[in-house]
Amino acid sequence: MDKTLPSLAAAVADIGDGATVMIGGFGGSGAPVELIHALLARFRETGSPRDLTIVNNNAGNGSIGIAAMIKAGMVRKMICSFPRSSNAEAFNEKYLAGEIELELVPQGTLAERIRAAGAGIPAFYTPTSYGTELAEGKPVEEFDGRMYVRENWLKADVALLKANVGDRMGNLTYRLAGRNFNPIMAMAAARTIAQVSSIVAPGDIDPETVVTPGIFVDGLVEVANPQQEEVLVRSGAVA
Amino acid sequence: MTLTKLSNAQIAWRAAQDLQDGWYVNLGIGFPEMIATFQPEGRDVVYHTENGVLGFGPAPKDGEEDWDLINAGKKAVTLNPGAAIFHHADSFAMVRGGHLDLAVLGAYQVAQNGDLANWRVGSKGVPAVGGAMDLVHGAKRVAVVTEHVTKDGKPKLVESCTFPLTGLGCVTRVYSSLAVVDIRDGRFVLREKLPGLTFDELQAVTGAPLQVEGDFADLIVPALD
Repeated sequence: MDKTLPSLAAAVADIGDGATVMIGGFGGSGAPVELIHALLARFRETGSPRDLTIVNNNAGNGSIGIAAMIKAGMVRKMICSFPRSSNAEAFNEKYLAGEIELELVPQGTLAERIRAAGAGIPAFYTPTSYGTELAEGKPVEEFDGRMYVRENWLKADVALLKANVGDRMGNLTYRLAGRNFNPIMAMAAARTIAQVSSIVAPGDIDPETVVTPGIFVDGLVEVANPQQEEVLVRSGAVA
Repeated sequence: MTLTKLSNAQIAWRAAQDLQDGWYVNLGIGFPEMIATFQPEGRDVVYHTENGVLGFGPAPKDGEEDWDLINAGKKAVTLNPGAAIFHHADSFAMVRGGHLDLAVLGAYQVAQNGDLANWRVGSKGVPAVGGAMDLVHGAKRVAVVTEHVTKDGKPKLVESCTFPLTGLGCVTRVYSSLAVVDIRDGRFVLREKLPGLTFDELQAVTGAPLQVEGDFADLIVPALD
């Protein structure tokens, strides 16, 4: 078994117009910048994919990564918990101009909806958002004297992730807090693609240290010495 | 009337005195984070951050940041011995599952029944909620650090919130710039107030009745720069 993909361009070649794409990371930590920029390059060359729904905790920073996708006009909708971070002008401008949709989801609900999709659980009840405007229109139910809100799973067509080491079978490890949403997004997408700093042979990752088992991963592409999104934003980089 | 009041650092210092040895604690981004700097000596507290770290430590020196190691405020942090890293669903299982001893947040308004409004003040602009709506449910104690009144003198401790809610009946204690107030059975219960302030003066800048159960104490805080 070898899930290695030949290039970043090959890794994003099958993502279609209107797709829902989960992108790993929390701010710049664990963000797959090279995969995002490969998708952006394809859009600039071919006009596709467009009308994407992007799932991420945030809505891009600076002029790179998700912010560059938004600026380029390839994103129709963001599903996220915290779009209003610093340097989020790309999203803010489009949102205030009515040119991009926003589905605002509490962070823990976002994580659990993704996890549930990956685990085959179509809905669950959470105390989060009960009685607030983010629960309007959602079914509620009482359990042991407390009220809970029903939330549905959140699936994606594709997940683009950043991991640290991957073996050819798709087993993954992560670096520091770059783990965040990456392992649960790996489970929730029909097709999961990870960029990794190095691809090793099966057996070179101790099975006890595997974080994402290869069953959740469809393809991996090696990006040695990947760029770090926060460092790029701070340097004023433009994609 | 100009009230002598505590600075944010002094409010954070007072909140820090209640941290107990062995607690797992989440401090909201911004003002609540300051509480960690006043953690009393000899008490072991493990800090949780939503993006998947237990046991993070202070910021690294300038130039030594590793931007893959950040907290929920997207600031660079370090790892203390015994730290653990996990994914987002596990992180919020810790939050909602009742595993945290304390969560501390900021507030626009807190109501006498424990309702909290802290995520937006109206329908304009770009809304953002982050983990606030999760953090108010599940932690064994949910505390708020806040000015007692707004910049234009309106009470922040109110009868009922007028701003959009973050959670219903979730706040258990408020550390304000004038007082320490518990929320019990739908009422504000005064625990401490600044000694230079009479009860009536404090009540006048509080939007709902302050109850007294037994004694309340003087709120004494060191001068901090």
